[in-house]
Amino acid sequence: MTPADGAAHARNTLFASVAVALCMAVSMPGAVAGEDAEIWQSVRSDVFGDERKIADGSGKLKLEAPYRAEDAAIVPITVTIPASIAPKVRKLTLLVEKNPAPVVAAFKFGEAAGLGERRISTRVRVDMYSNVRAVIEMADGSLHMQTKFVKAAGGCSAPALKDMDAALASIGKMKLRALQPKTQQSSRPISEAQVMVKHPNYSGMQMNQLTGLYIPAKFVEHMEVRKGDAVVFEMEGGISLSTDPNIRFTYSSKIEGPLSVSVRDTDKRAFKAVAVAKGS
Amino acid sequence: MKKNGAGMPGQPTGIGRRKAIGFLLAVAGWTVAGGASAGKAVAKTRKFGVLEIADGVFVHRGKHDLQRADNYGDISNCGFVVGQSGVGVIDTSGSFRAGGQLREAIRRHTDKPIRYVINTHMHPDHVLGNAAFKQDGVQFVGHSKLARALAARGERYLSAARQAMGEKAFAGTEIVLPTVTAESPVILDLGNRQLALLPQTTAHTDNDLMIRDETTKTLFVGDLIFSGHTPALDGSILGWVEVLKNLGKVEANRIVPGHGPEMMKLGDASKPMLRYLNAVIADVRKIIAQDGTINEAMARAAQQERERWELFDDFHRRNVSAAFAELEWE
Repeated sequence: MTPADGAAHARNTLFASVAVALCMAVSMPGAVAGEDAEIWQSVRSDVFGDERKIADGSGKLKLEAPYRAEDAAIVPITVTIPASIAPKVRKLTLLVEKNPAPVVAAFKFGEAAGLGERRISTRVRVDMYSNVRAVIEMADGSLHMQTKFVKAAGGCSAPALKDMDAALASIGKMKLRALQPKTQQSSRPISEAQVMVKHPNYSGMQMNQLTGLYIPAKFVEHMEVRKGDAVVFEMEGGISLSTDPNIRFTYSSKIEGPLSVSVRDTDKRAFKAVAVAKGS
Repeated sequence: MKKNGAGMPGQPTGIGRRKAIGFLLAVAGWTVAGGASAGKAVAKTRKFGVLEIADGVFVHRGKHDLQRADNYGDISNCGFVVGQSGVGVIDTSGSFRAGGQLREAIRRHTDKPIRYVINTHMHPDHVLGNAAFKQDGVQFVGHSKLARALAARGERYLSAARQAMGEKAFAGTEIVLPTVTAESPVILDLGNRQLALLPQTTAHTDNDLMIRDETTKTLFVGDLIFSGHTPALDGSILGWVEVLKNLGKVEANRIVPGHGPEMMKLGDASKPMLRYLNAVIADVRKIIAQDGTINEAMARAAQQERERWELFDDFHRRNVSAAFAELEWE
């Protein structure tokens, strides 16, 4: 294994850890604040390195997450970055710090992310009561973070597939749709769209009791959204992203060409879709 | 801290008002851990009452509550049918202990051997008492998709039940998979008395099974019908409406709901269910059409139903969340 392979492997485990035993160990109730701080220290050092400072992100980004989640397997979260900050942001990382694979997704923004207020909403799995964190990386390399505590449990091991046959039959089906602008300004620099991918996003932590084996992890690992030829964002995803990954995002309406998305899963299956524009 | 109904006086419920996840992914254990899980109240023996709703057909009515130490999972209806040569049990309540009490209730009414334990679907409050019947050498019976559903969820059900109820109420509880499964209608014989097994398409879950006693035309519908207790969606909301609409074609003198009274008339039972499900569908569709979010839907959809159901805050928002994830693909 080359050093580069090693690094890639270390990074991949942040997206799809198979450390089930570890997960069980930390899932014992009554973890104290000191242990929580330790967990975050270890996660932040794995994801961002020990050297980099992470500043308080107040005013630079806003993170919305429910204090109590209705369904631990689909916890909706939204990150909003004001227009004054957005053009300088090159990356957004979402983490659920106590999940066995803490990195939910990392979005690398491109030119077509636009200059107005930037917003990303998605749905995540939360395996136990945990901080949810959003970290932005600016063009100058600085990091800024917002944190929300979410009470939910069991999101990684619970099958969100309510109808398992239907879910497997439709794998790879996609919807990409431009959303109707709320205001009637033809000059709006930013539009909003939603991409939905039918995919079980198996976490690797769901056990088949008939065989006593865990169902292997299988998930959407890469997504790229473009407006014309320009990139809106590239996303690296992991098992903490919910079944049927669902992302609402803003993009520049000033760039010509259709909105398109391409998706790749861990089996290297590729799916593509082009937006059906609504009102544009 | 507001108590949730069935708590024993002076006993710490430790549960608070969690609106979160309900019994499917119960999180109660997180706060119960230091308190009620010691299970002081559990030791008291309570009679597990059953009502004979038709000749040889008995039903136990479970409480409308979430699983916790002082109810040891006795939160859903279960019953049994007595034939000439044996007994068929329909659902086993929500723990080894509750299943054992059902077994004792059967023994108070008949000495006939227990032949079959039939589960109406996968949910823990209906299957976690199965292990109490292993000693009888019964066949465990379910929908053809029950085994797979339990295989995927069983471990989580057990750990959630243990956390919510505490060790004492949970003791002995395990997942028992079906040994006989039905993919299409099947008849079980209890000796001059037949039970028809009627597997359904995806509705409340993807493994709903109805059971009809052919002698009295009593139809056990499992959680296809909730009465009083807020319905819990874990399958397909559109599929559920379809199944309920077709229910009228099934000959039945009375039905036994999964939650609610021991028996009901089908029409009285299905009307409120359809009203609730259709209200959720209509509002969620409207919100999706307006490009609304899952959060907006959870806050707004079908709020007019709030006063009509118990445990509304424990189940409704989750139902809307599930309905949204289904209907946004239309």
